[in-house]
Amino acid sequence: MSAKKIAIVNYGMGNVDSVGNALAHLGGEYFVTNEPKRLDDAHAIVLPGVGAFGAAMDNLRRMELVPALERQVKDKGKPYLGICLGMQLLAKDSVEQGFFEGLGWLDAHVLELPPGPDVRLPHVGWNTATVKRPSPILERVTEDSHFFFDHSYHLACDESVVTSTCTYGATFVSSVQKDNVLAVQFHPEKSQRNGLKMLRAFLNFVASH
Amino acid sequence: MLKRRIVGVLVVKGGIVVQSIGFSRYLPVGVPEIAVEYLNRWGIDEIVILDIDATPRKAAPALDVLKRCSALSLAPMTYGGGIASLHAIESVIQAGFEKVAVNTALVDHPEVITEGARSFGCQSIVASIDAKKTEAGYEAFVACGKRATGQAPEALAKHAQDLGAGEILLTSIDRNGSKLGYDAELISRVRAAVTIPVIVCGGVDHPRHFREAIDLGVSAVAAGNFFHYTEHSVIVAKRHLVSGQAPVRLDTYTTYEGFAHGARGRATKRDDDYLEALRFMYVPEEVI
Repeated sequence: MSAKKIAIVNYGMGNVDSVGNALAHLGGEYFVTNEPKRLDDAHAIVLPGVGAFGAAMDNLRRMELVPALERQVKDKGKPYLGICLGMQLLAKDSVEQGFFEGLGWLDAHVLELPPGPDVRLPHVGWNTATVKRPSPILERVTEDSHFFFDHSYHLACDESVVTSTCTYGATFVSSVQKDNVLAVQFHPEKSQRNGLKMLRAFLNFVASH
Repeated sequence: MLKRRIVGVLVVKGGIVVQSIGFSRYLPVGVPEIAVEYLNRWGIDEIVILDIDATPRKAAPALDVLKRCSALSLAPMTYGGGIASLHAIESVIQAGFEKVAVNTALVDHPEVITEGARSFGCQSIVASIDAKKTEAGYEAFVACGKRATGQAPEALAKHAQDLGAGEILLTSIDRNGSKLGYDAELISRVRAAVTIPVIVCGGVDHPRHFREAIDLGVSAVAAGNFFHYTEHSVIVAKRHLVSGQAPVRLDTYTTYEGFAHGARGRATKRDDDYLEALRFMYVPEEVI
């Protein structure tokens, strides 16, 4: 079996090397790119990302990556994995530092996590995800699997695409899937063995796609 | 449930990890890459690298070392040392770090914290506050504990939060390297002054010290020297905490289940029957 190539999109938001490192641990083949044309060479696309929503969309538009991503993921049906900001960008809009339009692939909005008496924000640290619906990347997630979260905003979306939830004060969405579009709020590339298991499952999903 | 983090702090001086005692004496430990590799393998929840040479020498972050370190860690990483511009924050994040810690910049370049939070989100900016007890009460220090700020640590912490910092890393200079446990009064004051998560550091000699701070309500407990000299120090400490029902993540493949802890908090030797049985036990390697 020839290995399938993963494109990690480097659009100037946070580090892309961590995702590459984690895929390299698993023997996955990947390349990092910000060129729309190079996405043609990929069998699957990973959109990582740390930072502000508005700046991220500006960068994607400026690099002409929005139509390229739509062609690859929506038209050609290549598997997509959004991580953290890469999940939130799927929404129609976000209220982070203003009001910004997103990719709009999901009927969703990005909202601030609700504060509470014992809820210090940002939500940073290791938390567990409760599986709501089977999804290829959640196959090996148990109630004791911890993942690293680091965010102040969350994705509010229709229940039909939610695959797992997480609780910190309120319950919010920790992963979604709509056909070939998968996304997680946490950082599998920084979640030690449970993160690697999830990325392994994603590689298997790509291989069988 | 969100677990309380066990954080490993690596103090770097002259390019090597050192044991720091009272911010004034330093003993060599080893190269940062190896310390990172081991802490990650032992299931640390987060690694903080503090380069205490960077600010005095006005040096930029040593990005080549940071890149090598982040490549060895599948746990989140924070870097502090010489962060005085937005560009420095960006370069550290691009080197594979999730967060950047600022200390001297809190006083000298407060705008960097606000700009950094706006560009990379407040969760990327950690305000590192070093505090010492003086005759007039607690006082915050910057520049590796060399320069007094004239401010109470809780006031500086609140100021940092207002500037846009997403977390506080609170270190007691008095307790650093003392093995006396955390400074509970200092922790309570700072924790009450802010609504962002607080990480505490300084004085750990026994896993019960972690527990004491967790019970004070902090989000994360950090130690430097404590993790350096014992094999599997992180897992053994977490086993101690989990056995006492503390909300801590213990999901390494090896968990020291069934081990008891001695007076110093280390895992004690198992009895001869167990060791005899162990000779014939098959422990398969984990497949990821």
